[in-house]
Amino acid sequence: MDFELMLKVYPFFLEAAWITIVLSVLTAILGLICGTLGAFARLSRFAVLRFLGAAYVSVFRGTPALIQLFILYFGGPQIGIQLDAFEAGVIGLGINAGAYMTETIRGAVISIDKGQREAARTLGLSQWQAMYKVILPQAARLMVRPLGVNLNMLIKATALVAAISVVELTYTAQRYIGSTYKPFEMFLLAGILYMIIIYVTGRGVAWLDRKVQIT
Amino acid sequence: MTDGKSFVEIRHAQKSFGKLEVLKDISLSVDRGQIVGIIGSSGSGKSTLLRAINDLDPLTGGEVWLDGVRVNQTLPHRAYEKHINQMRQQVGMVFQHFNLFPHMTARENVSMAPIMLKGISKDEANALAEAQLDHVGMLERIDYYPSQLSGGQKQRVAIARALAMQPKLMLFDEATSALDPELVEEVNQVMRKLAEQHMTMIIVTHEMDFAASVCDRVLFMDQGVVVEEGPPEILFKTPSQPRTREFLRKHLESAK
Ligand SMILES: Nc1ncnc2c1ncn2[C@@H]1O[C@H](COP(=O)(O)OP(=O)(O)OP(=O)(O)O)[C@@H](O)[C@H]1O
Ligand SMILES: [Mg+2]
Repeated sequence: MDFELMLKVYPFFLEAAWITIVLSVLTAILGLICGTLGAFARLSRFAVLRFLGAAYVSVFRGTPALIQLFILYFGGPQIGIQLDAFEAGVIGLGINAGAYMTETIRGAVISIDKGQREAARTLGLSQWQAMYKVILPQAARLMVRPLGVNLNMLIKATALVAAISVVELTYTAQRYIGSTYKPFEMFLLAGILYMIIIYVTGRGVAWLDRKVQIT
Repeated sequence: MTDGKSFVEIRHAQKSFGKLEVLKDISLSVDRGQIVGIIGSSGSGKSTLLRAINDLDPLTGGEVWLDGVRVNQTLPHRAYEKHINQMRQQVGMVFQHFNLFPHMTARENVSMAPIMLKGISKDEANALAEAQLDHVGMLERIDYYPSQLSGGQKQRVAIARALAMQPKLMLFDEATSALDPELVEEVNQVMRKLAEQHMTMIIVTHEMDFAASVCDRVLFMDQGVVVEEGPPEILFKTPSQPRTREFLRKHLESAK
């Protein structure tokens, strides 16, 4: 194994890892927004919204994320959507992650004992007040761990945007293989950096989960 | 009282869950300050009747009136929401399993609804929570979370939470059924205190002795109908209906 080479290219990989992190953060934010909207749609009392929420989830979980990215990035211009690769990556992955998060958030909300909603409504709280003061604060605590799993998946999924030439970790590894012919070292280096990102994120999620638990 | 209606008036209540008819033409009136007990075997419809009073389980037929206002009105969604939230603020409800909000302290459990619905200040809310929790003997645990309280303590906080909205009527659905026997009395004491203060109450219970000692009137329900009703000294000692006698006999046996 060529350690010397690994050390030499390491700074460039760090830069690429930074892109992966930014991509992950933006994707997670967009995913959370889409997931929250999706969950509210699925829990709505309006059948149309429930249908749209369910359709969103089944379409985006039912097709490969790579195909979704390709449609957006390569197919987009045909229907008037012009995005650069990074934008397409964030939007494509964010909407995809949102579909998974929809189910996570909805699952947490419906797992709250119905006696909680009843107690709140009995006091005279409206549906929204009951949701906002009683259900969501409890559901949010339950969501931390499963959303952490979504986050883990999402970080790994950012590797897919290498296929639309976003210069993140995986793409960078591929590019250096082209000039060094050392795929083992280059992919290993990328893998180690992914692992560090995911490990730190996982610890963060575990910390947050502990912090929000009710005494 | 408006057009001859009692304080609480249920007329021809009918309720079905799908094909299952749970309430069959029940009528009931309760005067201000009266305490009515409801007894009956499991599945007879006691909870359903109680929950119909604040429209938690809406009736499929019949009327519920509270203080001259029809509770179960048919209105467009938003108008109904506004109306029912108004009505529910006047009716306190206590559940078998307490249903305290686990993410809030006793203080927050009690003061949350008044803050949200009556727009009271933080200081007023604190004073209110302290007064209500003192009333149920829970002042020293005011900043505890429900998970740090015993069942009896939880139920007393739940009663304080309901009382903080200053309801005209209190509904109790087996408030002591989930408690260890040694914790029942502390909750019963709080209910007795409310009785002394002439709170109007409808109490679903399996505790005949308690019902006999606090209720002005007791209803025996079976299979969705009120089989018999009367003052406790008559209903418990000399019931006229065979079904009532049978129920009381079985109950006495199982209590042994
Ligand atoms: N949401 C519901 N959906 C379907 N059936 C229901 C529902 N709620 C109650 N029932 C049924 O209605 C009947 C009466 O229930 P209810 O809870 O009013 O009885 P209860 O007298 O309170 O009994 P218990 O003493 O066990 O609390 C039961 O047969 C019950 O299974
Ligand atoms: Mg019941």
